[in-house]
This record gives sequence, structure tokens and C-alpha cells, in this order.
Amino acid sequence: MRFGNGRFGFRTLSAALGLSLSLLAGGAHAEPKKEFNIAWTIYVGWMPWPYAADAGIVKKWADKYGITINVKQINDYVESINQYTAGGFDGVTATNMDGLTIPAAGGVDTTILIIGDFSNGNDGIVSRTANTPAELKGESINLVELSVSHYLLARALETAGLSEKDVTIVNTSDADMVAAFKSPETSTVVTWNPLLAEVKAEPGSAALFDSTQIPGEIIDTLMVNTEVLKDNPDFGKALAGIWYETMSVLTDPGEKGNAARAAMGAMSGTDLAGFEAQLAATKLFATPQEAVAFAESEDLVKTMDLVRTFSFDHGLLGDGAPDKDIVGIAFPGGQVLGSADNVKLRFDASYMKLAAEGSL
Amino acid sequence: MRRAINIVPGSGTRILLALLPFLLIAYLYVVVSAERRTANPGDKLLPPIAEMATSMDRLATEPDRRSGDLTLWSDTAASLQRLFIGLGVAAAVGLVLGLTLGLLPVASAGLSPLVAVISMIPPMAILPVLFIVFGLGELSKIVLIVIGIAPFLVRDLAMTVGAIPREQIVKAQTLGASTWQLTLRVALPQAMPRLIEALRLSLGPAFLFLISAEAIAAESGLGYRIFLVRRYLAMDVILPYVAWITLIAYLLDSLLAWLARRVFPWAYVQEARL
Repeated sequence: MRFGNGRFGFRTLSAALGLSLSLLAGGAHAEPKKEFNIAWTIYVGWMPWPYAADAGIVKKWADKYGITINVKQINDYVESINQYTAGGFDGVTATNMDGLTIPAAGGVDTTILIIGDFSNGNDGIVSRTANTPAELKGESINLVELSVSHYLLARALETAGLSEKDVTIVNTSDADMVAAFKSPETSTVVTWNPLLAEVKAEPGSAALFDSTQIPGEIIDTLMVNTEVLKDNPDFGKALAGIWYETMSVLTDPGEKGNAARAAMGAMSGTDLAGFEAQLAATKLFATPQEAVAFAESEDLVKTMDLVRTFSFDHGLLGDGAPDKDIVGIAFPGGQVLGSADNVKLRFDASYMKLAAEGSL
Repeated sequence: MRRAINIVPGSGTRILLALLPFLLIAYLYVVVSAERRTANPGDKLLPPIAEMATSMDRLATEPDRRSGDLTLWSDTAASLQRLFIGLGVAAAVGLVLGLTLGLLPVASAGLSPLVAVISMIPPMAILPVLFIVFGLGELSKIVLIVIGIAPFLVRDLAMTVGAIPREQIVKAQTLGASTWQLTLRVALPQAMPRLIEALRLSLGPAFLFLISAEAIAAESGLGYRIFLVRRYLAMDVILPYVAWITLIAYLLDSLLAWLARRVFPWAYVQEARL
């Protein structure tokens, strides 16, 4: 008995395998579509997304524009951004720095659609031995290397006239940060909430620097694929609508707001009081007007220049990058930082403006 | 009659057949990588081979901007040091406990169930405990490797020693051998080749525990680098590092296999020669 005639050749096989590989990896092709996926991870500034999904706000706005939006939780923050970069999601919750260094530096044109908040105490340096950034000299410091924690440390050392050469950095997974700080040989960690609150609660430890000293530099956003957005403006409108309706519930001082905050707290593993403590360390842009003003301010350009300088100095813009200008960053006024021919990260205030005008 | 099971490839064909799957994988990679680059020139997921070569060349020959070390070599040295200490300690524990449990019924009665239970604890599950007990430094990484593979070595050697024909043990005793002499002259020579075989089989798990420990807290090492650059999806570093780790493991395995045949040739007389 014989199977076939041998015509299922090498070329067919490789084409089939190649196709399935590229499908697995996700294509970067955008076209009008009806169903969209956004990924979120646990962080105080991003908890409104799962709350909105649970409360039906996502469905309400998606229905209004005749689309479907799936809001999915990813357990690992970096993995969520990698998945987005690979094309698995149309949008993702991420900070300004990670947006620049992962998708934008990876050639995936990304638009920051919603500026939700900036860290105002949610990121901090906690030490058992040092009381000021200057005393960090010679210390061994545990942090998630190349993350916003690393950036915060670099800024703290700058204020004391020190550089990273003066300290030893130990890359430590965020999942193990709290256990790591309980080990007697760990004296200093840099981390974010809710882990920050845990390590601060250790006896004999104190926060010596936090993000209140660099306000507006660690920005939490929702970013989406620019091509998908261009082909589907309704997707952007629906997201802005969802966000600001959820903001109005979140900032409600009454019973309704309490219930919402308690629900978001429960989803992130804490309670109402714990969640409100984290909110207090977050500068939330409760209204679209505030967010638009922040997006259009000259300060944002300065911040992104600091962030891209840090990123380039640490090799985060890719090894082939000759200078920090390689990735262009566009701002609402049309201003561009870096290469105008290679704009891959865009701050777009137009959807937040539509929300401000109430014309969604 | 010509049957499939009787077709034996000649030595030239054999090499060609061995290379074919590797070439096929490389070809597929190049095609898909080129395709993704056409769609997005900045794509990081499947970098072209030339780009990976450039990255590796830089990591191997240019000092790091911050530490001044040659990254690839300092990573390799850090990882190999941990691996060798871990394997060495595990092998010593395996040999001593394996001989004891295999030869002495009293020791076996007292310790075998404990070893059997300990070998069932998934080492990764007790990692947070290891951190708190042994700290985040070198010690906890080595301990993880030891805890991961020593119980396997102990049980394997105890079984090998336990399976030594009773006649040999009796004969040695009639010739006047003490327990100590019996251990050194009868059991040890038979345990050594088996220990090397078991170590070869443990290389994979040992690397797994090494990389896992380095992923969680480290300042250098092969696993550290992979999990660090994962932060910005630098596949041009990750993929060559994986290839490098694979090569090191393969070479170590071959080295142990060669060593065993060279030092204990009598243990391999039955082996089929290809």
C-alpha cells in the first residue's frame, strides 16, 4: 500500500509550517474588525478595567458602537506587554516607559489613548540601613531590573550625586520581592504597591525615596495598536467612554463609589481601606479635562526625554540603536521627540478630548 | 525481501540524515523571520540570524557599559560555577548516602522512607522557604540544585548497590573483607559508572533549577540574562543564549560519557558499538 504520490513536498510543508508559525506569533495587519481584546494586570490604576467589565460598562459602550471588547487579565505584567507586542491583544495597560521600550522599540506603532494616572507615592525605595539616597552608596539593592523601579532608583541616585556604579543591583522578581525583603541579607528594595506597603510594614524599615519626589514621571496608561485604532476609531471612542464613566463611579464619594472601590480592592487582593490607601498614592486624572491638560503640557515632553535617555543608557531601545533618537515619540501638539520618520509611540489626546466635550 | 527494518544507512547518509532536521528548522526560521521583518522592520520576535550573531559578538567581545565585564563570559562563568558546585555536592551526597543505604540494612530501614519522601517534594514549591533560610545569595541557588537532584542520585545509587549480586558480597566476606573494605573494593567500583550515568541524566534538571534560581534573584548568569532582557523582548539575545546553554549541556553530557568509558572501560564491554 502506498500513501499519496509524494507531491506533498518540502515547499508545501515549509509554507504550511511558516504560515502556522506566523499565525501563532500574530500578524501585525490591521483591518476593520468587530472584536477587540485588551489585557490588564493588577495595579491600582488599572483596576477600573476589570471593574468596568464586571459592572457592564464595557458592554454598554461596546454595544453603542456595535463592537465587542474583551477585557482579559494576565498574571504577569511583562508577559502582558509582550503578548500585546506580539499581536495577541489590541490594547494593554502599561506605563509610559514600558510602552516605549517594549512595543515601540519593537516596531509596533502604539498609541497612548488614555492617560489614567501617575504614580505619586506608589513606587518607592525601602531600606533597613539607609535613610537618604546618599546613604545608598555601596548598598546592594533588590529590584526588578529595567522596570520603573530601576528608573526610580536612577532618579534617586541622581538627586544625591551618585550613579548606578555606586550600588549593586540584584534583579529580583516582583513575585518574590516580599519574601526577599524578609531575608536578613536584603537591606534595600525598590518596588511598587501593593508590594511596597508590605515591605514598608516590616519592622525597622523606612521609605527613603518615592515617586512623590518625581511627580508625573511614572505614568499609567492604556495603550492600543495605532493601526487597529486608525482602522477602527469606534474602538477608541468606546474605550474612552468606558474609562470616564468608570472614573465617575470610582471617584463618587458616596455609597456607590464605596461599593466600586471595595470591588476593585477585592479584585486586587486587598479591601476598601487598602485600595483607598493605594489611591491616595496615585494622582488619578478623574476627568478627561485634567488628562488632556497633562497630555498637552510641556512637562510630558521633558518627562519622556528623561525616560528615553534612561532607556537608551540601559540598552532598552535595542542593541542596534545608535542614539536615543531612534524611536520617535509624538505629542498631541504635533511635537516629535526623536526620529520623525520612525514615530512608534504617540500620545493622542483626541479621544480624551471627545470625552471632555461629551461627544462620544 | 527488502524490508524497512533492514535498510541501514551508510556513514555518509547517516550524517546527512542527522543534519537534515537541523537544516529544516533553520530554513523555516529564516523564512518566517524574513516574512515578519517585511511586515514590520522593527520586529523583535524572530530576529534574523545575522542580528543574533551581531548581538552575541557584542556580548562576547565588548565590555558591558556599566560593569565593564564581557557579558557572555561572565554570565557563563557565574552559571557554571553554581552548576558545578551544585552537581559536585549532589554527587558527593548521592555517593555517600547511596552506598550507605544500599549496603547497610540498618541505615536503609532508618533513612530510605525519608529519602523517598524528600525526593517527592517539588523543589520549586519550597523556593520561598529556601530564600528565607539561605538568603538570596549564591547559597540558595546551589541549595536549589542540590535539593533538586541529590535525592534522585541517592535513590538511584542505593538501588544499584542494593542490586549487587548477593554472591559477591558473601564471597568477599569469606575472603575476609570487612564492611569498610567491602564498600571500597566491591560496591564503590560498581557504583561509580552508575553515578556518572545518573549525573548525565541529572544535567537537564540541574540546568532547570539553575535557570529558575537565576530568574528569581541574581546579578549575573545565563538565566539571569535571559530573564532580564525578556523585559524588552530581546529575542536576539534570548535565542542565542538558549543555543549556548544547550551546547554547554550537550558538551558536558558528552564529556561525562567519554570520562565514564575511559575510566571504567570494563563497565561498558557489553555496549553495542555503532
